[in-house]
Amino acid sequence: MAMLDIDNLHAKIDGDEGQEILKGLSLKVNPGEVHAIMGPNGSGKSTLSYILAGKEDYEVTDGSVTLDGEDLLEMEIDERAAKGVFLAFQYPVEVPGVATMTFLRSALNAQRKKRGEAEISTPDFLRLVRDKAANLGISQDMLRRGVNVGFSGGEKKRAEILQMAILEPKLCILDETDSGLDIDALKVVSEGVNALRSPDRAMIVITHYQRLLNHIVPDFVHVMHKGRIVRSGGKELALELEANGYAEYQQDAA
Amino acid sequence: MPAVQETVDQVRSIDVDQYKYGFFTEIESEKAPKGLTEDTIRFISAKKDEPEWMLEWRLEAFRRWQTMREPEWARVSYPPIAYQELYYYSAPKRKTALSIDDIDPEILKTYEKLGIPLRERDALLGIESGGAKVAVDAVFDSVSVATTFKEELAKAGVIFMPISEAIREYPDLVRKYLGSVVPVTDNFFATLNSAVFSDGSFVYVPKGVRCPMELSTYFRINERNTGQFERTLIIADEGAYVSYLEGCTAPQRDENQLHAAVVELVALADAEIKYSTVQNWYPGDSQGKGGIFNFVTKRGDCRGDRSKISWTQVETGSAITWKYPSCILRGDNSQGEFYSIAISNGRQQVDSGTKMIHLGKNTSSRIISKGIAAGYSDNTYRGLVSAHRKATNARNFTNCDSLLIGDKCGAHTVPYIESKNSSAHFEHEATTSKISEDQLFYCRQRGLDPEEATALIVNGFVKDVLQQLPMEFAVEAQKLIAVSLEGSVG
Repeated sequence: MAMLDIDNLHAKIDGDEGQEILKGLSLKVNPGEVHAIMGPNGSGKSTLSYILAGKEDYEVTDGSVTLDGEDLLEMEIDERAAKGVFLAFQYPVEVPGVATMTFLRSALNAQRKKRGEAEISTPDFLRLVRDKAANLGISQDMLRRGVNVGFSGGEKKRAEILQMAILEPKLCILDETDSGLDIDALKVVSEGVNALRSPDRAMIVITHYQRLLNHIVPDFVHVMHKGRIVRSGGKELALELEANGYAEYQQDAA
Repeated sequence: MPAVQETVDQVRSIDVDQYKYGFFTEIESEKAPKGLTEDTIRFISAKKDEPEWMLEWRLEAFRRWQTMREPEWARVSYPPIAYQELYYYSAPKRKTALSIDDIDPEILKTYEKLGIPLRERDALLGIESGGAKVAVDAVFDSVSVATTFKEELAKAGVIFMPISEAIREYPDLVRKYLGSVVPVTDNFFATLNSAVFSDGSFVYVPKGVRCPMELSTYFRINERNTGQFERTLIIADEGAYVSYLEGCTAPQRDENQLHAAVVELVALADAEIKYSTVQNWYPGDSQGKGGIFNFVTKRGDCRGDRSKISWTQVETGSAITWKYPSCILRGDNSQGEFYSIAISNGRQQVDSGTKMIHLGKNTSSRIISKGIAAGYSDNTYRGLVSAHRKATNARNFTNCDSLLIGDKCGAHTVPYIESKNSSAHFEHEATTSKISEDQLFYCRQRGLDPEEATALIVNGFVKDVLQQLPMEFAVEAQKLIAVSLEGSVG
């Protein structure tokens, strides 16, 4: 059984009479695998990530999604998080006045509680954060600042990866994590992500460009277009896309 | 911060319409006859064994009050108050307690339930468990039932006692300062209070003394149809420092109850007074039935040079709040501060803010106000900053933020700025925001449920003000905020 099984997923913006954004998307992801989803703007990549995380602005009109055999679409947003779904946001949201440290701890304990586990002790938590933050070049000062408030683009993305490292999800969805990063920041972030690769964790890396995949090397590459996966292959598919662009797919559609 | 977690636990354990302090204590009480006449005032004055001058003062206030009209400018609406249907005095029947052991056990139990230790040894246990030492004056309906740590304070020369006792024991001090900040004729509710106030706290900190502990008064309205009219007078003599906290609760009742208090603060040269309030009067039910009308006049006078008065308030209760803790910056180089968190939920109406009256040279003031409206409530900040023509170099900074939760509530900001001196420098910043869907989604994606997420976002919003509260009260306030917003999401 696949960890994540998306079958013939159709979805549109909630309350909107217009077109479906996802039109029969299917994808199976097994533990330990890293899947890259590439595609032109407007192909529905971010919509897919939001629907997996449970954002309420979308309506699933057909199809199913299961996580370890359980119906993911029936779960509340925070329930999905506790089951191990983590979305690294393309545009991380600011929460003024809430120290990053406080936020991390609240999130971790909320998840542990939902899973029936004990809360983490203060010394254990501090140790955990210190170790993970150091690897990502995140300073103590940043941890004291409000969540994402006044962070640079690179800092925001590093903070997302820090949250991922602390929450230890089962399924990581990285939505355009490379956007707005210079090459050095891209390296740091990619190293952070690579450090989290493990045989029981799966990742879906959504990106427009191939360059991220030089650093986070995927097992599978999928091309998404007009709400469906139109082609799948190994990591070499990304190189091909880099060389030829998405024109081929856009012509098909025309 | 572990308090966030506690906040969240607290939220979860409480139902929407449940007000934790809504219980009623069965106790025999002695009341003045219903209604308000000169006889009522004579009755109260006689009960308190007051000197003649005090009775005259009250009667003069009463005569004045009869000619006054209730103010209508606040952005609140409520049915007319039947002043002749209220009781103006209610006291537990047992004789005034001489020591803690003479207090009616039912009252002790009430305060225990509220988490306020009146037995000094219980309070001292609090020290061992990490809490700070706090002297408490407990006011039950119209009378003060206990004041703790009196002796220890007396050693430092600090007077902390019910004002009814102070009138008898320190008449000169009381006479000199009572009504000197909030005149008898000040406003409808203050004048009413002057006529009928029955108790409250009196604090005098002598020259150069730093009060050795936090002082606190805990107000409890218990009796039905009874108004509470407490009067607090705090004087910090030259170079003195005192930090004072008041807390308030009342039983859950279907009818509205009136609370019209007056607080006067006097800071002489180089003195500092820090006054914090955690107000959690019964707010009424979710349909707006019942709850306290909180019509309060609070004012501090920075009478001496370099004096400082700081108000911090966390307002979560009351059906209607009408309250503007103010500072008169009379002394040169004096400073006034107002830090406020006002939360409204259900059908609550809040019209609150401050006045900073700059009279002296180089005076400065700072206003940080955080209003949070949820449910069907209305939340108004109303503030006045003024500079007298002699107030050279007056400085003010105002920051007024409102947060809306849901789309049935309202937040309003009404700033008044008057400057008669061209060197004054006043800054005003205001924002109104909603807890965004994006913020909620982000927090929930990390595992927080909707209420945990809201509590976290709101605590972040009010952080600047919470930091102003004494540590142990900040934690309390944080919990209270979460509880007040219970049921406001989704």
